[in-house]
Amino acid sequence: MTTTTATTPPAPATDDTPVLTATGVTMRFGGLTAVRAVDLTVSAHEIVGLIGPNGAGKTTFFNCLTGLYIPTEGTVTYRDTVLPPKPHLVTKAGVARTFQNIRLFANMTVLENVLVGRHTRTHEGLFSALLRTPRFHRAETASTRRAMELLDFTGLAPKADHLARNLPYGEQRKLEIARALASDPGLLLLDEPTAGMNPQETRATEALVRAIRAQGTAVLVIEHDMRFIFNLCDRVAVLVQGEKLVEGTSDVVQADERVIAAYLGTPFEGAPGEEELAEVEAAEAGAGATTGAGAGTGTDTAGTGTGTETAGDPGAARTEEDR
Amino acid sequence: MPDRLPRRTTARALTLTGAALTILSTFLAWTWTTAFPGNLTVNGYPGGLQTITLTGGILTLLHALAGHHLRGLRWLAPAGTTAPTVLLALGTLATTWYTLGAITTDLGGLAHLEPGAYIAAAATLLTLTGALALPNDRQTTETAGTTAATGTPGTPETRPNPWQRFRHTLTTGRAPRPTPLPTWAEILIIATAFALGLAAFTYGIDTEYGELFVGYLLLAVFTLTALNRSGLTSRLSTLTAKHRNITLTAAFTAAACFPFLQTNDAYANLATSILIFATVALGLNVVVGLAGLLDLGYVAFLGVGAYAAALVSGSPESAVGVHFPFWAAVLTGIGASLVFGVLIGAPTLRLRGDYLAIVTLGFGEIFRITMLNLNGKTGPDITNGSMGIPNIPELDLFGFDFGQTHDILGIPIGRFGNYYLLMLLATLLVVLVFRRAAESRIGRAWVAIREDETAATAMGINAFRLKLLAFALGAALAGLAGTVHAHVITTATPDQYQFAGTVPPNSAFLLAAVILGGMGTISGPVIGAALLYLIPNKMDFMQDYQLLLFGLALILLMRFRPEGMVADRRKQLEFHETGQLDVPEQGLPDGAVGVTKAEA
Repeated sequence: MTTTTATTPPAPATDDTPVLTATGVTMRFGGLTAVRAVDLTVSAHEIVGLIGPNGAGKTTFFNCLTGLYIPTEGTVTYRDTVLPPKPHLVTKAGVARTFQNIRLFANMTVLENVLVGRHTRTHEGLFSALLRTPRFHRAETASTRRAMELLDFTGLAPKADHLARNLPYGEQRKLEIARALASDPGLLLLDEPTAGMNPQETRATEALVRAIRAQGTAVLVIEHDMRFIFNLCDRVAVLVQGEKLVEGTSDVVQADERVIAAYLGTPFEGAPGEEELAEVEAAEAGAGATTGAGAGTGTDTAGTGTGTETAGDPGAARTEEDR
Repeated sequence: MPDRLPRRTTARALTLTGAALTILSTFLAWTWTTAFPGNLTVNGYPGGLQTITLTGGILTLLHALAGHHLRGLRWLAPAGTTAPTVLLALGTLATTWYTLGAITTDLGGLAHLEPGAYIAAAATLLTLTGALALPNDRQTTETAGTTAATGTPGTPETRPNPWQRFRHTLTTGRAPRPTPLPTWAEILIIATAFALGLAAFTYGIDTEYGELFVGYLLLAVFTLTALNRSGLTSRLSTLTAKHRNITLTAAFTAAACFPFLQTNDAYANLATSILIFATVALGLNVVVGLAGLLDLGYVAFLGVGAYAAALVSGSPESAVGVHFPFWAAVLTGIGASLVFGVLIGAPTLRLRGDYLAIVTLGFGEIFRITMLNLNGKTGPDITNGSMGIPNIPELDLFGFDFGQTHDILGIPIGRFGNYYLLMLLATLLVVLVFRRAAESRIGRAWVAIREDETAATAMGINAFRLKLLAFALGAALAGLAGTVHAHVITTATPDQYQFAGTVPPNSAFLLAAVILGGMGTISGPVIGAALLYLIPNKMDFMQDYQLLLFGLALILLMRFRPEGMVADRRKQLEFHETGQLDVPEQGLPDGAVGVTKAEA
């Protein structure tokens, strides 16, 4: 399993200035190497996906980017400045994130949650607050206005006065994104933004992420929902066992047999051969039941031959697709 | 249907008669000797504990009348009348029977009771029986609906057990939206509420003997619960939330009136101590309630302020032979506490939760022991060791000697009255600091850190710096209170500032005041502090069981009202939302759907 960074043609309609450059990021926990020498760049106006099986080190990599972990080796730069290994400084520099398991300030209102996100972009100190200077009032008004804009943007404005913990699940996810956007980031890191969502909510999130990109914020997103990722992302990087396997456009990644192997496994000794496959296909054609599924997985397997697919359970491939 | 209506009417009649009889009985003699304090021997007017029964009886009567939909009394119980009536009847019963019990035990035997006492006992029992038979608030509306729909009588088909039935009686519905009032009327209501509150509180402080205080406390607890159930408290809190500055002004005007209402120096002293305790609790509330840092050594900051002020006060025993004017002494006290706070905070605030609590506990004790050891034998002679720094001279502000009695508006205000008013200013300052800090970028960041420190740092909050700021601000506020404290008690000794003891302020009681009162609120710690100071002080006959009772009360409160007596604005949000707030705190959304990994 060697890391071959498929030199990808830059995605259309993006400019090339890299917002985030991670070079050789390695994270070791004692003897366990969770992330090994991962390189990744995200350009402005780009949506990059990060996928990989469970335990591949995606979230660990995220935590290295955002300063929650200090990478054992490697550097992360944001617009040519090395990011300091402190979460609050990373956010201040312009990289905001959401969390895989929602981490809202549950007992604060929706509006207050977003106002907390404004923290780095406002500078009113304690004395200013105690004396209630005109500057304080101006800053508060400006913060509130910006926060309400963001709530409008995410569609949460009618619930501004509700407690965060009383929001339904999908809206909590949205609020996390709104809160992250409040720090006016140049790059937004989304950690599984659609986990636990139904298809409608997932589509809404997709539209939201596109809208965020349209506003000039680059997005790096971890997700297990392949349809979401391949619909949305200009580029996708695949992380397997801490290493970056492939990086490229949706087509390149979908066609890569190592990716499929990573998700589905490789053929084992005594795997059903061509004849058995033909038999099965004949039987299936006879039953005439699986036409839809065949079309769905067709793109995956176009360049790789059918051996790999049949090695695993064909049903699993569909499950992964349809999630 | 036919037997239901009479039952309801009988219950109402019974309650009304009982309440009326209770009122009447207080005008009779309950005992024949004056050996029992309060003089309950007079036929014709009530005295001592009888006035408390009288108040209870009147309140019960009013609520029972409101249950009759009497015009002009509807406002008393917007959420339902039965529950408050039952509670008030219970309160009256409790305080009356307690009185009779106290007479019997104090004087030795039932023979000391006069017929009036028996009438009172029977009347209160009658009231309670009647009140318990009243139709439930919630059921009336529900059964009214079903009766109309099905035409069958809504007899209570399920009667699980008396306790459940009783608890059901105490549930009230949601108060309907109040009719909008003109602003001046709302302000008038707030002012009246605070005037009543002041009157009740003054009465509590002025109780001359333990029995009277217990009776007062019994009725007060039941009345407050009744007010809660009747929906009046929530109405009032909506009003106070609407007119916050007016509320603050009303509260402080009421508090400032206190020394003018009574002239007993001992009670003024008590009120001053309560105020100091409450102010320090408010300071602790910045640290615990806003930033969520459990500080078990907070009283040390009060001590630092007090010692700093004592050293520069010009006391003959002070190692520093200077006499600062008061403003400079205050600044010294605040400054010293601030420095101490930062020094302690910087190394400890990297810890979270329990570890921080343990370390602060240790530092609090270190302060006390250091003050003990700086006595010239085991260390340099600065603090005089366990003798402390006595003879701190009286304050003199602009020629106003705090040690003298002054006539203000024709009312003599004694030494403690003077200090009370000074302390009130300090309290006002702390309240303003608390409120303004809480409602700012800084305050939001504190709450965010309390809610989820990892997420807060991910939002760009420098958690360490802000926690240190909270710690330092809390310390400074305690230092301010400490400077006044030193002058009030004229002595700064180490053992006033320990972790736990029977006399507040100490760290354990301070924390208890904040938690009992309601974290993150302004009125909560003040009320908590007042109760925690007043109860041990008044019930000195229970000296030996004081801490036991205190622990018991703490357990009960945490079981039945974990958010404290005054819930913070979360509760107010109930008005916007559907009662989802009953979800316990632990049910935060991190454990939500489809999450497999714990770490993010």
